[in-house]
Amino acid sequence: MTTETPVAARAFDLAGFIKKYAIIGILLLFIVLLAALTAGKFLQAQNLINVIRQVSAIGIIAIGMTFVIIARGIDLSVGSILAVAAVVGSSLAQLPTASNKMYAGLQLPAIVGILAGLAVGALLGLVNGSLVAGFHIAPFIATLGMMTAARGMALIYSGGRPLSTLDPAYNWVGQGDLGPIPVPIIIFALVAILAHLMLTRTRFGRHVFAYGGNEQAARVSGINVSRINLGIFTLTGLLAGLAGVMLSARIGSGNPQLGTGIELDAITAAVIGGTSFSGGIGTIWGTIVGALIIGIINNGLDLLNVSPFMQQVVKGAIIVIAIIIDERKNR
Amino acid sequence: MTDEFLLRMEGISKHFPGVHALDNVDLEVRPGTVHALMGENGAGKSTLMKILIGMYSSDGGTITLEGKQVTIPDTRTGLGLGISMIHQELSPVPEMTVAENIWLGREPMGPMRLIDYKKMNADTQALFDRWEIAINPKAYMKDLSIAQTQMVEIAKAISFDSKIIIMDEPTSAITEREVDHLHRMIRELKADGKAIIYITHKMDEVFKIVDYVTVFRDGKLVGTYPAAELNRDKLIALMVGRELTNMFPKEDADIGDVILSVRNLNRGKLVRDVSFDLRRGEILGFAGLMGAGRTEVLETLFGIAKAESGEIHINGKKVTINQPKDAIDAGLALLTEDRKLTGIMGVLSVRDNMIMAALPKYSPNGILQRKRINDDCEDQRRKLATKTPSLDQLIQNLSGGNQQKVLISRWLLTLPDILMIDEPTRGIDVGAKSEIHRLMSMLAQQGKAIIMVSSEMPEVLGMSDRIIVMHDGQIGGIVERADATQEKIMELATGPDAAAA
Repeated sequence: MTTETPVAARAFDLAGFIKKYAIIGILLLFIVLLAALTAGKFLQAQNLINVIRQVSAIGIIAIGMTFVIIARGIDLSVGSILAVAAVVGSSLAQLPTASNKMYAGLQLPAIVGILAGLAVGALLGLVNGSLVAGFHIAPFIATLGMMTAARGMALIYSGGRPLSTLDPAYNWVGQGDLGPIPVPIIIFALVAILAHLMLTRTRFGRHVFAYGGNEQAARVSGINVSRINLGIFTLTGLLAGLAGVMLSARIGSGNPQLGTGIELDAITAAVIGGTSFSGGIGTIWGTIVGALIIGIINNGLDLLNVSPFMQQVVKGAIIVIAIIIDERKNR
Repeated sequence: MTDEFLLRMEGISKHFPGVHALDNVDLEVRPGTVHALMGENGAGKSTLMKILIGMYSSDGGTITLEGKQVTIPDTRTGLGLGISMIHQELSPVPEMTVAENIWLGREPMGPMRLIDYKKMNADTQALFDRWEIAINPKAYMKDLSIAQTQMVEIAKAISFDSKIIIMDEPTSAITEREVDHLHRMIRELKADGKAIIYITHKMDEVFKIVDYVTVFRDGKLVGTYPAAELNRDKLIALMVGRELTNMFPKEDADIGDVILSVRNLNRGKLVRDVSFDLRRGEILGFAGLMGAGRTEVLETLFGIAKAESGEIHINGKKVTINQPKDAIDAGLALLTEDRKLTGIMGVLSVRDNMIMAALPKYSPNGILQRKRINDDCEDQRRKLATKTPSLDQLIQNLSGGNQQKVLISRWLLTLPDILMIDEPTRGIDVGAKSEIHRLMSMLAQQGKAIIMVSSEMPEVLGMSDRIIVMHDGQIGGIVERADATQEKIMELATGPDAAAA
C-alpha cells in the first residue's frame, strides 16, 4: 500500500463550500441592501415578480450561453438571432387589421408564429455550429460574423420597421399569466429545469463538460467533438429564438433592434454564476443566480434613481469583478 | 589557484513530484573540449543542463564558472554568464524571419529605439557567412525545413558568443551532410576555446567528436571518462548497468490466441511498415529511444491519427479505425502518455473522469444511469485502491499515481480486450508504480492483451513477455523475454548506423 494522501482529504471543505455558494450570499446581500435602501419597496411581491419577468429573456439566453462557455466557446450572435426570431415570429402573428401587415390576407394560428421563431433561431444556431465544427472557425469569430449578418437579416426581413398589431394569443407568451405567475417566468423556470437535467443527467451534458475540460482527452475518450459543437450552438440558437418570441410578445411587436447587447448580459450572468471561461465548469443554477443579480442591480438602480449612464458603469465594473473572481478560483 | 575547469557543477540535486530527477550529481568541463552527456531517457541529462542555463532551479549544489561560484536564477542570467543552449524541442516563432528569431529579445536598436532591421539582417548574414550557412536571413521560419530550422537554432546559440554551448540532441532532425557541417563548426568552436556540452544518443558521434563522456543513470552520476578510453560496448554497459532489484516482475499468465494482428502499418516518418501480433494474456513491450515512433504506433492504431496504409485485424476480423470511437467499439483502449495533456479532465470529478470513455454503455437512451455509474465507479475505486475522499473530488486534486489509476479505470470500464498503455508509470512514486505493475499482471491473467510503451528499461524487462524495439519509425527487432537484456535492447534502439561505427 502507498502512504500518499490526497490533497483534499478533509471531512468538510469549508473553503470549498464558501467558494461554491458565495454567489448566493452575494445575491442575498444585494437583496438586503436594496430592501434597506428602498425602505422595503424592493421586496414587494409585485416588484419581485417584475424583476424575474424582466430577467427571464436574459436568463434563457444565459442558460444557452452556459453550455457554450462550459465547452470553452462563446456565442456573440444570440442578440441578433433573437431579433430574427422576433421579426419572423411577429410577421406570422400579425392580425389582419395591422397597418403594416407583412403577409396580407394571411391569418395563421399563433402557434405557427411561435414555432417559426424557435425554428429560425435553431437554424441560425445550427449554422454557427457548422462553422465551428466543419470549418474549425473559432466560436468567437464564427458568431461575430453571425451577429452582424443576422442583425442585417432582421432589418431586411422587417424592412427596418417594427411589425406590430399581433395576435393576442401570440402576445400571451410575453404578457399572459398562469394564476398569479407571468408566463415568461414559467417558461424561464421550465427551460432552467430542462437545461439542468440535460447538463447533469444526460450523456450530451457530460460530453459538454469533458470537451470543455480537456478537448484532447475528450477526443481520445471517443467523444465526437463536432457533434457537441453542433448541439450547443443549435441549443443557444433555439433559446435565443425563444427569447425573441417572448420579448416581441411582451411588447406586442417584432422590432428588428430587439436584443442588441443581450449577449453581454447573458455572458455576464453565466460568469457571475461561476461558469469558467477556461471550460469544464458551470451550473445552470449558478447562471440563474447570476441573471437574478443582474436583474436586481438593474431594478435596484432604477428604484434608486441612478441615471442609466451610471448604471452602465456599475454593470461594467461588476463584469470585471466577476471575472477576476473567476480567474482567482482557477488558480 | 587557477582552475583547469571552465565549469564545475557540484552536488546538484533536483526533485520533481514523485521523481528524484537528479541526485547529488557532479560535472566538470574543460575549456576547448567537447563533453558528451550520455544515459537513457530520463537519466537526468537534460534536467542538469536546464539547471545550468537557469531554466530550472536546483534543490542543492553549487555551480562554479571560471573559478567563481555563481547562481543562475533565470535563463537571462545564464546567457549573461556565457551559457547558451540548443534545445531538443525547437521553439521558433514561425511568423517571424530568420534574423528576427536569432536576435529575439536583443534586437539592435536604431534612433528612437526602433528596431534596426538593416543591421539585424546584415549581422545575420555575417554570422551565416562565417559559419557557411546558406539560409536567407529574411526568410520566414515557417518556410524552413526542420533541418534548416535546426541550423538557425545552432547559429543563434553561437551568436551569443558564449563560453559554453549546450547542444541537446542537435542531430536528431538533420541529415548526414548537415551533421558533418555541424561537426566542423564544433571543431572550430573548440579551437576558439569554447566548451561544448553535447547530449546525444548516437554512438558514432561520440567517438567522432567528443573528448570526454559523462554517464548518468537514473539521475545519478556514473562517472566521467576520456572518450579515448571507451568503446561502444563499454559505454552501453555504463549506461544501462543497473541491477533489476525491487521491480515487480510480471506474474505468469496463460498466453492465448492472437487477438490483434497489425500488418504493414504506415503513417509518416514515425510509423513505417510496422507489423506485429499480440496474444491474449500477453504483455508486449515497446522499447526505443524518444522519437522512435512508439507513441505514434499506438495513436495510429487508436485512430487519433489516420494510418496511410496497413491492415488491422482483431480476433481475425479486419477492422477499420478512423477515429477513437471506432477503436473503442473494436475493443481497444489507449492510456495516453501525457496524463495532463490528453488524459485527465482536471476540473471534472473523479467519477466523470472515470466514466467518460464508457459513457455510451451507461446511457443507452442518452440519459445517464446514475446508480449504475456510481456503483461501477465505486467498484473500480475499491479494486484499484484509488485514494480519493470521494468520487465527487476533482481529479486535479489527486496525486499522479491516483490520477493514473482513475484513467486505468476509465479504460477498464469500456471492457476492452486490448489495453494499450503509454508510459504506465511516468512521474509516479514507487508505491503506486508497483501497484500499477501488479494490476497489469492481473489483467493479463484475466486474458486481456496489453501493449506497453515504456522508456524505463527495468519496466520493459520486468513486465514484457516480448519486446518490440523501435528505431526511427521501424521495428528494429523483437526480443523474447528469455533473451532480453538491456544491452541487447539498447543496441537495437540505437540502430544500425551506430552499430556500424
